[in-house]
Amino acid sequence: MRVLRRQFISLAAAITVLAAFAPAAEAATVSVAVAANFTKAATDLAAKFQAKTGDEVKLSFGATGALYTQITQGAPFEVFLSADDKRTKTAIKDGFGVEGTDFTYAVGKVVLYAPTLDVTDGAAVLKAGAFQHIAIADPKAAPYGAAGMAVLDKLGLTAAIAPKIVTGENITQTLQFVDTGNAELGFVALIQVAGKPATQVWLAPAEDYPAIKQNAVLLKSGADDPAAKAFLDYLKSPEAIEVITAAGYTVE
Amino acid sequence: MLTFAEIWSPIALTASLAAVTTALLLLIGTPIAWWLARTEARLREPVAALVALPLVLPPTVIGFYLLIALGPNGPGGWLASLWGARTLAFSFFGLVLGSIVYSLPFMVQPIRVALEAIGEDPLEAAATLGAGSWQTFFRVAAPLARSGFLTGLILTFAHTVGEFGVVLMIGGNIPGETKVLSIAIYDFVERGEWMNAHWLSLGMVVFAFVVVTATMLVDRRFGRLTG
Repeated sequence: MRVLRRQFISLAAAITVLAAFAPAAEAATVSVAVAANFTKAATDLAAKFQAKTGDEVKLSFGATGALYTQITQGAPFEVFLSADDKRTKTAIKDGFGVEGTDFTYAVGKVVLYAPTLDVTDGAAVLKAGAFQHIAIADPKAAPYGAAGMAVLDKLGLTAAIAPKIVTGENITQTLQFVDTGNAELGFVALIQVAGKPATQVWLAPAEDYPAIKQNAVLLKSGADDPAAKAFLDYLKSPEAIEVITAAGYTVE
Repeated sequence: MLTFAEIWSPIALTASLAAVTTALLLLIGTPIAWWLARTEARLREPVAALVALPLVLPPTVIGFYLLIALGPNGPGGWLASLWGARTLAFSFFGLVLGSIVYSLPFMVQPIRVALEAIGEDPLEAAATLGAGSWQTFFRVAAPLARSGFLTGLILTFAHTVGEFGVVLMIGGNIPGETKVLSIAIYDFVERGEWMNAHWLSLGMVVFAFVVVTATMLVDRRFGRLTG
């Protein structure tokens, strides 16, 4: 009798412990790869989405190029928020993205940011060249870097500025170079410097660089996950658009 | 396709960074290793832990704090201002400083261990025979600890060749100045130019293999000559 009771208690304890590990009945998890520049907005949107639907959104931030490489090697992301519109098309073409789910979730603006200089007339500051280093993200890997180079090109300064360029691996590192004072100025995304005084930020004329359309796509691993599709749909909702525009992007 | 300059520049840069760092660390690390091996001071193990810190910290963390230290708000900026620059980041000199911090334990620890293994007797014998400190070091301790020095040299060189996180943070990716091999390969991967990444990586592996093997062979040869 005593032995039976002890065994019963052990069994009950084991079931209780196992139950603690059982997945919650309704809440799902969506795994999202997010381009570095969209970090803050994505975090806000994920929180709002979770509050609304109870589904958790797991965000992984990085350079678009690095994220896409990981996706091609089987990284378990279900949704891909790119910093450009090329990589999502490539994802669909290469068989990692789901056809028809590609759309522009935000249009970025590139700015010249200089915490210690007055760049109200950014073009003039660039032309004067009174600085030792200017930080730009790798143009071949980051659309904001390509945009920065395009702006310099338009001003005819590519050759003059070339020796002063320090290249960040992604837009976050580019900002780091400027924030630590190592580079006096840098081309970054508007959203990264939202809230800075107007003299520190120069908005590059939109016609001077190719539009930075940031596209999202549903990946094959999320094709059967209703929560993943729901998150993508949420990005098009008025509530999400409000968050995205408040962060400094425009929406198509 | 890759131009010759695109291949050769990062290789030459990496080789000189590794060579300069190794040479400087031999000069800097040996006295530290000697002190750690010989002292009875209570500060010994805390200092040893400090030296070992770069082993524990992620390279990007080391690189981040180096970025601040080398910049206009840190000692690096002050040093740079002596010749009119604003920062030591984005320069070969800055990379050397970063690499010295990053590879310090790889030079100090093998030498320390080898010096400790000598024990007291040979050094005492040298003293009783009238050898001064420098003589004792160069003619008794160093030859006996030769394998430790060799290990330190190889490890430091190889470690600096493979350095990535630190250079990523403080380099600024300037061709011919701070764009070392590991960064060049990473760039190709980031851009999706995988063929180029493969070729450069293969070259890097071959280079490292050749250097390490050559050093081992030289040591064996040298060992046989001096007995």
